[in-house]
Amino acid sequence: MKELKLMKGNEAIAEAAIRAGCDAYFGYPITPQSEILEYLAANAQKRTGMVVLQAESEIASINMVYGAAGCGKRVMTSSSSPGISLMQEGISYIACAELPCLLVNVMRGGPGLGTIQPSQGDYFQTVKGGGHGDYRLITLAPSTIQEAVDFTKLAFDLAFKWRNPVMLLLDGAIGQMMEKVELFSQQERLKEAPDWATVGKPKNRERNIITSLHMQPEDMEKTNQHLQAKYRKIEEEETRFECYKCDDADYIFTGFGLVARIAKKAADIARTKGYKIGVFRPITLFPFPYSEINNLSKKVKAILDVEMNTGQMLEDVKLAVNGNIPVEFHGRTGGMIPTPEEIVAVFEEKIIKRK
Amino acid sequence: MGNERLLLQEDIHHMYDHLHPEDEICVKENIVYQKPSTLLDTPFHYCPGCGHSTVHKLIAEVIDEMGIQEQTIGVAPVGCAVFAYNYINIDWQEAAHGRASAVATGIKRVLPDKFVFSYQGDGDLAAIGTGETIHTCNRGENITIIFINNGIYGMTGGQMAPTTLEGMKSTTSPNGRDVHWAGYPLKISELLAQLPGTYYVTRQAVFSPNHVRKAKKAIRNAFEYQKLNKGTCLVEIVSNCPSNWKMTPTESNMWLQDNMIKYFQLGDIKLPKKEEAK
Repeated sequence: MKELKLMKGNEAIAEAAIRAGCDAYFGYPITPQSEILEYLAANAQKRTGMVVLQAESEIASINMVYGAAGCGKRVMTSSSSPGISLMQEGISYIACAELPCLLVNVMRGGPGLGTIQPSQGDYFQTVKGGGHGDYRLITLAPSTIQEAVDFTKLAFDLAFKWRNPVMLLLDGAIGQMMEKVELFSQQERLKEAPDWATVGKPKNRERNIITSLHMQPEDMEKTNQHLQAKYRKIEEEETRFECYKCDDADYIFTGFGLVARIAKKAADIARTKGYKIGVFRPITLFPFPYSEINNLSKKVKAILDVEMNTGQMLEDVKLAVNGNIPVEFHGRTGGMIPTPEEIVAVFEEKIIKRK
Repeated sequence: MGNERLLLQEDIHHMYDHLHPEDEICVKENIVYQKPSTLLDTPFHYCPGCGHSTVHKLIAEVIDEMGIQEQTIGVAPVGCAVFAYNYINIDWQEAAHGRASAVATGIKRVLPDKFVFSYQGDGDLAAIGTGETIHTCNRGENITIIFINNGIYGMTGGQMAPTTLEGMKSTTSPNGRDVHWAGYPLKISELLAQLPGTYYVTRQAVFSPNHVRKAKKAIRNAFEYQKLNKGTCLVEIVSNCPSNWKMTPTESNMWLQDNMIKYFQLGDIKLPKKEEAK
């Protein structure tokens, strides 16, 4: 039987984490995502025995995640942009030590203390590194609360499949708004630890060491080669995207998360004006659907990339298009959200009029 | 060396010619000391005379004696003891600089029945990780913290630490620590003992056999108390750093006695109430 509920995005993510059999959450309050911690604190322990601990900082949170994830548990944290910045060192360690975990970033406007209003300003931080060294986070960008729920479960599966941290990247609007969601049924918590986990060394196995330290240059290079080989496989197997009315399109709007929803509405409005427009939405930001966008660029006349930042995913869209067609950009920042009419107007201004 | 004759391997063999495995003296009952089985055969990378290897051995002995090798998870710091996991044969996690107690918190919270300890130096625990240290102790996490205080950053080459003594020279306090400029040496164990979350806080040393025995007893207590779930146990070991203090091992131990433990006085700082510690 379908279980439908009207839920706020942040609470839906928390509910999905409980149902996905999450073992532990460590986090620190920050707007606009504190409801995740609040919802878990009120519900998780009594339902599944999940550990929910408010840490003294995001730095402590991410290192608690490291410790618990190293024990082979399903572990998560959540925060918003400035808090995620504080976590970057720990995320780099987690990526190198290959610990599975779920990180949720409900983005707010920056730079600096910025604003508590929604933004997509952490694209670079998330998919281009953020912390030090060569590592990647599998990044899922939901555009609806339903997807936020489904991707929370998917994130744990991908994290364990690849022994890699997974970032659920959404903006504050998705975190704060309410939508109807269909919830999946309660999943059991893990009963057995993976063989690499530090749970106490039985006599018959070598000690397990969770570390990101490789002092010998040969060893560190091997570690990097191993990680890169894994990332290439992830690119082959896990790239996810959505095409909306792309088949007959002359022009494409690109955008991720919330903006893609607005772009769909904009495309529909533009079609009433006679412009055949489709929307291409990367669902995974790493791995990024480069070849799919490249294929599109051989069929359409131009792309308008729309983001709630000053042009971050834009660089990947341009890399994918590789000069085949013009790529224009429209961005809003500071918590301003583009409207469908605004996107159509920009499309007419930057693409139709300049032809 | 000149013409001085070196002691050859065969000479050593001759010295023990009269001992054979079948001789009665080589029986188990006669063993007075042996390496703890939890200590691996890996040669220590520590400098000659450094206290780290002694403390590692004590931890391994306590794990052996309590029979908890299979239930113990260690957290190594950033600093000289970053390779602690190469020496003690248990499961380990290597933490970011200063974050060992947060990592240990994560482990203990998901594996509450295991023995979890962090092993941290003064820079790690009392400078960059002060926040994590205080809040771990304030939550009363049921972990053991082994805190090595040698008043200097060893691994990075002898910079001033939060515990560098007033007037003590380091590469970043070349004229001696000026407390009006750089602040005072931090007695963090006394500070932590104030917190209701700590159950047992003690300061020990390993520069003499007698002190080694006492330090071992303290480490044993700090592990035993984990069974009680009463709070954080912290054992500070005032130690030396011959290389960065620019002294011989013997000189460093003399200096430690004359200076370090005058300021960081040895002894128990917080003891469990008697009826609780049973």
